[in-house]
Amino acid sequence: MSAFVLNEIRKGFYLDSVALMRLSREIASAAGVVEAALMMGTPSNQAILRNAGLLDGEVIAQGNDLILAIKAESEAAASAALAEAQKALDRPKTSSTGEAAWRPRSIAAAVKAAPAANLALISVPGEFAAAEARKALNRGLHVLMFSDNVSIADELSLKQQAREAGLLMMGPDCGTAIIGGAPLAFANRLKRGRIGIIGASGTGTQEVSCLLSEAGEGISHAIGVGGRDLKKEIGGITTLMAIDALDADPETDHVVLISKPPHPDVARAVLGRVGRSSKPYTVCFIGAAAADLPPNARFATTLREAAEKTLGNGRSIGGTFDAAAVAARLPQRRRAAQRIEGLFAGGTLCAEAQVILAAGGRKVASNAAIPGVPHFGEPEAQGRDRIVDLGADEHTQGRPHPMIDPSVRDDALRAALADPAVAVILLDLVIGYGAHANPAAHLAAVVAGRADDAPVLVASVTGTELDRQVRSAQIRLLEDAGIVVAPSNAHACDLALALSVNDVRMPRYANTQ
Amino acid sequence: MVIKQEGTPSGRLLMSKPSVVNVGLAGFVKDLRDCDIEVVQVDWTPPADGDPKMAALLAKLGT
Amino acid sequence: MKLIEDANKQALARILEGEPRLIDIVTARDVLEGLKERMILHAGPPITWDRMCGPMRGAVAGAIVFEGWAPDLEAAFELAAGGGVAFHPNHHFGAVGPMTGMTTVSMPVFVVENVKYGNRAYCAINEGLGKVMRFGGNDDSVLARLAWLRDVFGPVLARSIRAHGGIDLKAIIARGLSMGDEMHQRNLACSSVFLREIGSALARTSNDNEVLASCIGFIAQNDQFFLNIAMAMGKALTDPANGIRGSTVVTAMCRNGTDFGVRVSGLGDRWFTAPVEMPEGLYFPGYSRKDANPDMGDSAIVETVGLGGFAMAAAPAVAGFIGAGAPSSAGNFTRAMSEITVGQNPEWTIPALDFAGVPTGIDVRLVVETGLAPVINTGIAHREPGIGQVGAGVVRAPMACFRQAVLAIAEDLGVS
Repeated sequence: MSAFVLNEIRKGFYLDSVALMRLSREIASAAGVVEAALMMGTPSNQAILRNAGLLDGEVIAQGNDLILAIKAESEAAASAALAEAQKALDRPKTSSTGEAAWRPRSIAAAVKAAPAANLALISVPGEFAAAEARKALNRGLHVLMFSDNVSIADELSLKQQAREAGLLMMGPDCGTAIIGGAPLAFANRLKRGRIGIIGASGTGTQEVSCLLSEAGEGISHAIGVGGRDLKKEIGGITTLMAIDALDADPETDHVVLISKPPHPDVARAVLGRVGRSSKPYTVCFIGAAAADLPPNARFATTLREAAEKTLGNGRSIGGTFDAAAVAARLPQRRRAAQRIEGLFAGGTLCAEAQVILAAGGRKVASNAAIPGVPHFGEPEAQGRDRIVDLGADEHTQGRPHPMIDPSVRDDALRAALADPAVAVILLDLVIGYGAHANPAAHLAAVVAGRADDAPVLVASVTGTELDRQVRSAQIRLLEDAGIVVAPSNAHACDLALALSVNDVRMPRYANTQ
Repeated sequence: MVIKQEGTPSGRLLMSKPSVVNVGLAGFVKDLRDCDIEVVQVDWTPPADGDPKMAALLAKLGT
Repeated sequence: MKLIEDANKQALARILEGEPRLIDIVTARDVLEGLKERMILHAGPPITWDRMCGPMRGAVAGAIVFEGWAPDLEAAFELAAGGGVAFHPNHHFGAVGPMTGMTTVSMPVFVVENVKYGNRAYCAINEGLGKVMRFGGNDDSVLARLAWLRDVFGPVLARSIRAHGGIDLKAIIARGLSMGDEMHQRNLACSSVFLREIGSALARTSNDNEVLASCIGFIAQNDQFFLNIAMAMGKALTDPANGIRGSTVVTAMCRNGTDFGVRVSGLGDRWFTAPVEMPEGLYFPGYSRKDANPDMGDSAIVETVGLGGFAMAAAPAVAGFIGAGAPSSAGNFTRAMSEITVGQNPEWTIPALDFAGVPTGIDVRLVVETGLAPVINTGIAHREPGIGQVGAGVVRAPMACFRQAVLAIAEDLGVS
């Protein structure tokens, strides 16, 4: 099939990437359109468009020029789609009253307009993020940097500068923080309380904080540090400062530390600092089996365990949920499917699944592999359970994060549903601030009408009753769609295991119960 | 290295209500305002018309 | 960089601390050092005859006839094209001029002294509206008016200014801002206040009532009379801020109808140029964009000191008149310009912005970083010489000038 590619440049026209992606999807859904992308003309975006075959010959554009690229079945369809896109771009932006409101163009002007400002939330494209963070630090602002694709050298120099000034540099690639009740980026509405969280992983922090909040415990602050803070190059600069801050915080009685396994030198430094604290700690280095902990700290191998050890007194998460019993109640499956397919929006939830499935004797592989698990690219990954992090860079280049736009998962989900080798599909659903307004409804629509012998769908919902999507309402929507919902991601993994253990005759799930 | 925290800015951040400058995704602003957090949204465009070399030079010159 | 921040603070302080006084009107040859016969000073950065736009060439021809270097316009064009006159920017002689900005030996010029720093700056007398040399006019009526300014009006007004002991210009500007002037497209209030100020001295020093009446009438009928005084004041305020090493503050912006030129304090007398842009604006009935000449004049010196487009919030009526949007949006121009300036002028405040000072001290770094080019309020000349003003509008200074200046500063400071 021949495709017609049409390009147009709008000079000096900036829209944020989420707005552009929404528009791109709208245009791409028009009749006769194969693909459509509206992107700012940065070098990296141009490369993406070129690789996607969306650029027709030489395109001369700069970072603040908007590229409209349309691939269609005919020239007429392409022109119609382009006209549609132009019209959408020219739609008046929320028509306020006659007087155009002034907004500062720079951090400098914003600080002049709001002298009390003390924190910058930065989510601009990665190539510009470090410079903006530097401006914020120069003006005495703490920084939460949601942006990723920032070099480790920039991260180090920003964190060093922040440390000099006594400022918290949260991120880059920091998805979650809650400071004094303010949800920064992706976060949930939680009970306020006396547990502080330091998280190098956004969804790890969300899962633990939500499990605690739903169990009746409150959170004082959740400080994000960014996924690379505990690497050797960074040395845990922000983690150490966060420990100092929570140690001194009279509102915090207990601290939970969540990270991927740190570099050994960094682990030593951080745990040494934990040992000098007067407060009890729960440490979860997800993917590590143990760590050399000081007496005031306890180790957790999973997020669920981190929540339970923090609750203490033998209090457990998930009440009476019994994975084996739930598995036994599900109808038996005829065909000899074996594999578990995990399709995750949350990176740490993906890591936790690998930990639990591997511990349960499954052979797993992942695109975001924890230590000891092969990467998809490696030969031994063949035939293993595939645990996919759909929020990883390779899936989000030029697309929104699956927590913002759950449709990012649709294609992989449909493929897994139709795959005769897949027995169980393991899913997460993250709700709260920043997340999609109703991800459960979206998921339910995608899996509706699946075949009778389709794989079992097992999910968990990371969120709280206080979130605007309301956790229980999301669970009900999933259950109505025939998806089995577990009380936590760890429980969902247990159920996947129970459905797979030593049984060639897989339990079957019938869609029409 | 144990720092007395009360006086440091990072300690103070936890003790006061944040006041936020949002640079980037506009969606975060509404969430913060719903929580009664003051936010100034920066009408951000790529600095130096999207020229990364110029932006880096300006950063060194201290804007 | 600390060096730059300190230098900019100093540059801003020098602009703000200036004490400009109008002290005299004199013949150009007597005060412009190096100005000779067959030398024509023009607006904007340096330019040669072959690159001049229509109105500029028309004005040059008129100036040649006015000075008697050629018997008629045809011969004047020939003389100019044949290299018979030398062209120099006003700025190289401590002077400024609106639109084509012609200054030649026998023309009378305002003298503004910056008492604080002892420097002086000059600007010819505003000719009024209609067919005038600053818009390229060069017929007999234009030359006759110039002769009257030289022989009658100039000497009369000069006597009165001297008798009055000079006039403090900062105070007039401050009042003008509170009366709806921004001192580029609107000088109605300042021209009126000026006439009120000088009135009694004018009467006292004149010995001929007819002459007095014609002089008062000339000022009273020209809403833009004060513009040229404001321009000389701008030049007098910015010159002491030039030449501070490391400073990224703009000390001059000007246009010759072909190129836009920018000078930056830390880079001294160098010009950073780029092609001028076409103003966006409203046209007088019967004219349109296709009649318009690109941006022209030294008048952007008023924006350099925080007036004109930078003080738009003071003059909502101007915002509507020049097509800059709803009068209620005028404040946004001033707020935006405060993002590219080092500070505010506490003596020149704008009531509508809760008495915020006009944004002053354009920082080339901030211009390039924010992508916000300085806003200049401007008249629009017809592209053919001799027709005059056809509209008014807003024009942006070309970003390329500021990019070059940033690169030059970085090179000078060894930053790469």
